[in-house]
Formats: sequence, structure tokens, C-alpha cells
Amino acid sequence: MLADALRARPAGLDAALALVDGLDDVLVDGLARIGEAGAAALSALATAAGGTPLAGPAADAIGKIIAGTVTDEHVAVLAGVRTALLGAAHDALLSGVDAATGRDREGWSAPAAPPQAGRLLAGARSWLRELAIAGWRGVDHELAAAGSQAIQALWADPSSRRLAVLLDGFAAELRASAPGATLERVPVRRWADLWTRGVLLAQDGFATVPTEPVHGRLLILGADLHEHPTVFQVQVHGLLETPDGWTGLVRAAVAAPKVDTISGPSAWRMLASFPVLRTVLAQRRAVELSGMLLTPAGDLLWDESHAAAGEPADPFTTARVSLGRVTAPAAAALDRHPAAIAEPVLLEGYTAGDASFDLGGVSLAVDLDRLPAAGPLTPALVAASTACLGLLRWDAGRWAVQPLAVQAVVRKKPVTAHTADWALGPTDAKEAKAEAAAGAAVDILRERAGRLLRK
Amino acid sequence: MTVEGVTYERRSAAPVIAPVRPRKLAKVPFVELTEGRLAGVVSSGSDPARVYVSSINAGDHGLSCRTNNNRPCGGFGGSHPCNHLRALADAAVTQYGIDRVARYLKADVAPGADDLWAGIRPSSAEPRAADVFAGFLRHLTYLELPPSTEAMPELQWFPAAGLVR
Repeated sequence: MLADALRARPAGLDAALALVDGLDDVLVDGLARIGEAGAAALSALATAAGGTPLAGPAADAIGKIIAGTVTDEHVAVLAGVRTALLGAAHDALLSGVDAATGRDREGWSAPAAPPQAGRLLAGARSWLRELAIAGWRGVDHELAAAGSQAIQALWADPSSRRLAVLLDGFAAELRASAPGATLERVPVRRWADLWTRGVLLAQDGFATVPTEPVHGRLLILGADLHEHPTVFQVQVHGLLETPDGWTGLVRAAVAAPKVDTISGPSAWRMLASFPVLRTVLAQRRAVELSGMLLTPAGDLLWDESHAAAGEPADPFTTARVSLGRVTAPAAAALDRHPAAIAEPVLLEGYTAGDASFDLGGVSLAVDLDRLPAAGPLTPALVAASTACLGLLRWDAGRWAVQPLAVQAVVRKKPVTAHTADWALGPTDAKEAKAEAAAGAAVDILRERAGRLLRK
Repeated sequence: MTVEGVTYERRSAAPVIAPVRPRKLAKVPFVELTEGRLAGVVSSGSDPARVYVSSINAGDHGLSCRTNNNRPCGGFGGSHPCNHLRALADAAVTQYGIDRVARYLKADVAPGADDLWAGIRPSSAEPRAADVFAGFLRHLTYLELPPSTEAMPELQWFPAAGLVR
């Protein structure tokens, strides 16, 4: 039962997280100021890596860091050890859920594709090293902004988009929080997570994933919306049914660069070049795929020339009929992290509270921080819900569900709401009016850009 | 800040930047809190091709207002805020909320007060119009970049902004 998996605490999880916390705490004051406790925490990390392929490099790099030498290579090893620990935590947590939901997870058998050559990553690596040396408490306005040039260069190169998006979001948080010395609370694990991923993505040898074309019908379960000041992404979770009878969980994501003043429902305007995706989301339709590329991690590389809007398909029906017997994809090795777990689940027969669902014996938290302004889901709708399609997530020591859609009863009438209902614009008159006013911002900025950029 | 005993420090998805509030952009198309100053771009009331670059330093509250061609603003008298600086401050307060702006500028604004200028002791500052204007142009280039379709697992750390509640 899911309830048992949610209550269980995998063996070794707390020990792994304690090692991670030890490193994360060192990054608060920086590698230039490792105290006695910090040195002990780093040594424990080296010990934990003993017996793994990272044993040698970890012992060497951590020894040198404690002695005061911090190179890009040492930093990369530190990030590697932390990633390995959190990857193991990810696997332990996910296998519990897989066992409870009866989900078959594929193994990762794809060969590593060669890395992309010729990318300009050295600037990003050196900024990340400087950050680690200074520590979050040592980040001043100058250091927070010091990565700007490297990040702009990454944006200009489409093959570095993933790193550009990550570092731009990270840098915005550091700039908003500088100077770190007077910051009230430091998001210790979060910044260590973002820093670690940045260090790995900035390695020249970071492998790309292979792809293969697929055909079939994509039945959408829901859409998860992501955003930071300069990006807006919609990530669709769905079931792919191929002609040979295979049914598996897949995702598809499209992301557009934006600016901070474009947010809420008008952010959908930035995805104007994806009319098929926006239409199938807003109208709750299936998608017919013809030769769209799929990675072994279950990510479709969305391409509208390989997609056509299909028949109407209610995501709740899809979930009730098919979600119980699906194959789930493996995660790419370096992407494994507890916070990256987002497992589609259908919950019914619970008792909804203000911020939790009582599943009969276990109370599952509802992540109300993940109800986006760009969609119609509200805490009140969730509290009035009788069925919920959501993503099971794990963060800060507990499971929570992020609703992607709910069926609720409001004033004795059944109501259904999905996060992507407003993909073609708000369906609610008041919200549509507000969106029209806010959406003008996009036009104003485009006009200004046209006038000032091309002079 | 804890969520049912879960500490902020150990949360991967801990919120750091409060979502900005929607505002009209025609008069002040760009505002930023960065590198120790509140800076922005204010449209000229008379000439659509001209903009003013205004900034307020954090700490010493040094003010500056120049055109994008780095000519002095006619209404700015050294340490007396011109209409552009007032428009900039109003836009920043709308976008970020007065608490965040006052904290960033180290302006002494009483909790619940709504006048940012009451907490500012203006002085005159070296103009940095070129930097700020370059920042605005960089800001605009985001709107020219193509969208992408590759998987970006890192965005799990960045849930879309909720309503400002």
C-alpha cells in the first residue's frame, strides 16, 4: 500500500543525508574557512566514498581542500561525491514507492552519448569555485554578479541552455540575497543542490543522452509548471501507448526565456510557438505522435511537426484505467536526487484537510507552494477535493503530493480543475481581464526591445 | 520558517525569491535590485526614443538620473529626487513590495509604513547609467532567445510562482 511506503524510512537514508548536510554546512562559511567540524565532515565524506569508484579521487581532493588548495578538479570531485550520496537516497526512496504502486521501473542501459564539444564552460566553473571558497555567507554583491558574463555566454549557445537556465536562476537568488553575511536564513541544502548540479553540468565531459523516435498515442496526465525570473517551463506528464502494446510513463517539456515582470497566466504567451501543445492541454486532448524523439529517461523532445491533437481524453479516466499498470523510466545517473522525484499518482477516497490528505492511516502533506498562479488550482479547491491527480515528491524529510488536477465539489456542484487549463488564456472572465492587462507587458517590452536593441 | 517542523535550511525547494507582483510597464519598463543599488529605466514623457536611467544606491542612498545617451536629467538637482527617480521607486515598491526594497536599500521605513522616501537620506552618486542601461538591454535580449525542448531536470527546484498571498 502507498501509505506504508510513505511511512517507511529507507535504511541508510538518514546516514546519507547527514553526510550531505555536513558538506552543505561547510559551504555556508566556505572552503576558505573550514573549521574543525568542517574538516571532520569532509573527511567523513571521503570515508563514505571509500569502496566506490570515487574513493581515490575523493580522498585526494578532500585532503587538498582541507589543506587549503581548491582547484576546479577538487570542486568537481566534491560535487560528484555529494551527487552519488543523493543518488542513492533517490533510489531508495523511489524503489519503496515503486513497490507500493506496483510500478515496473526500467534499468538504465543506454550507452553514454559523447559530450558536446566546444562549449565555453571555464567561466562558469571558475565562478562556481569562487562561490564555494567564499561560502554563502561570504557572497557579496560583486561575487553574486560575477557570473553574469559567463552566464550570458551560455545563453547565447543553444547546446549550453540547460546550464544557462540553472545558473541564471541560482545567480538571481544570490543577487537577491546579497550580502550573505547579513542574510537571516540561508537555504543551505537548496544552494548546495544548485551549486552541485551547476558544477557537474559545467564539466566538459558531461554526457548527453541518446534518443530514438517513437510513434503512438500520448495520454496526458497533467502539467507541472516551472519558473524562475528568466524562464517559464511547462512539463507534461503522460502515458505513451505504442502500437506494439507497450504503455509507459513519459514527460515532455517546453521552456521559454522570459523576464521577471512576465509571470502568472501571461507567462503562457511566451510559449506561442507551441500551439499544438497549448491546445491539447487547454482542451484536454490526447496527442498522436509520429516519430518524436524519446530519451531513455522518459523525456520526449517535443517537436510540433511530429505531434497532432487527438481525441478528447480526460486525464482522470486515463489515470483510473491505465496508471496502475505502467512502466516507468529510469533516471539518468547524474539527475538522481530526492528532490527530482515527481511520480504521477492518482489519489481518491481520502479526507482532505487544509494542507494534507488523510489516506486512512497516513497523512500526506499537500505541497501548496506548488500551486501556480498561471493555473486555476487554489488551496480552497484542493481542500474541497475528492480526487487528485498529482506528483508525489520528497523534500526535507517527508513525502508530499503536488496537485496537478483535482475533482472537487463546490457549492454542491462538481468542479474539475487542471494546472494547464489556462494554456490558451484564462477561462475565468476576471482572470482573463487581468491577464489581458498583464499580458500587455510582453508587448510593451517587445516594442522597447525593437526600438533599443536594433539601433 | 518551518513547514510542520521541517526546517527551511534542509529544503531543496525552499523559496528564496518572492514572486514579483504584476505592474504596468509603459512608464518604467525595467527595475532591478542588484549590485547594491535599485536601478531602472524610465520612459521619457515627451520623446518615445529616449529613456532615463535612474538609480538609488543601497546604504548611502546616492541618487543618479541620466538619459540613455548619458546626458544629465534636467529635473535632477544632485540630491533632490526628480520625477523619474520617484517613478522608479514607485515601480520597485509595486513589483517587490516595500519591505524588500527598504531592506535592500537599508532605508529606515517603519513596518507597515508606505512611503519609501521617508526612509531615504538622499545624497548624490557617481552616475552608472551605462551599466544599468546595458543591464536593461541584456534583460530585453531574453525575449529574443528561442524556446527550448530539452529536458531540464534542474527546474524541479523552481516551481512556478504561486499567487502573492
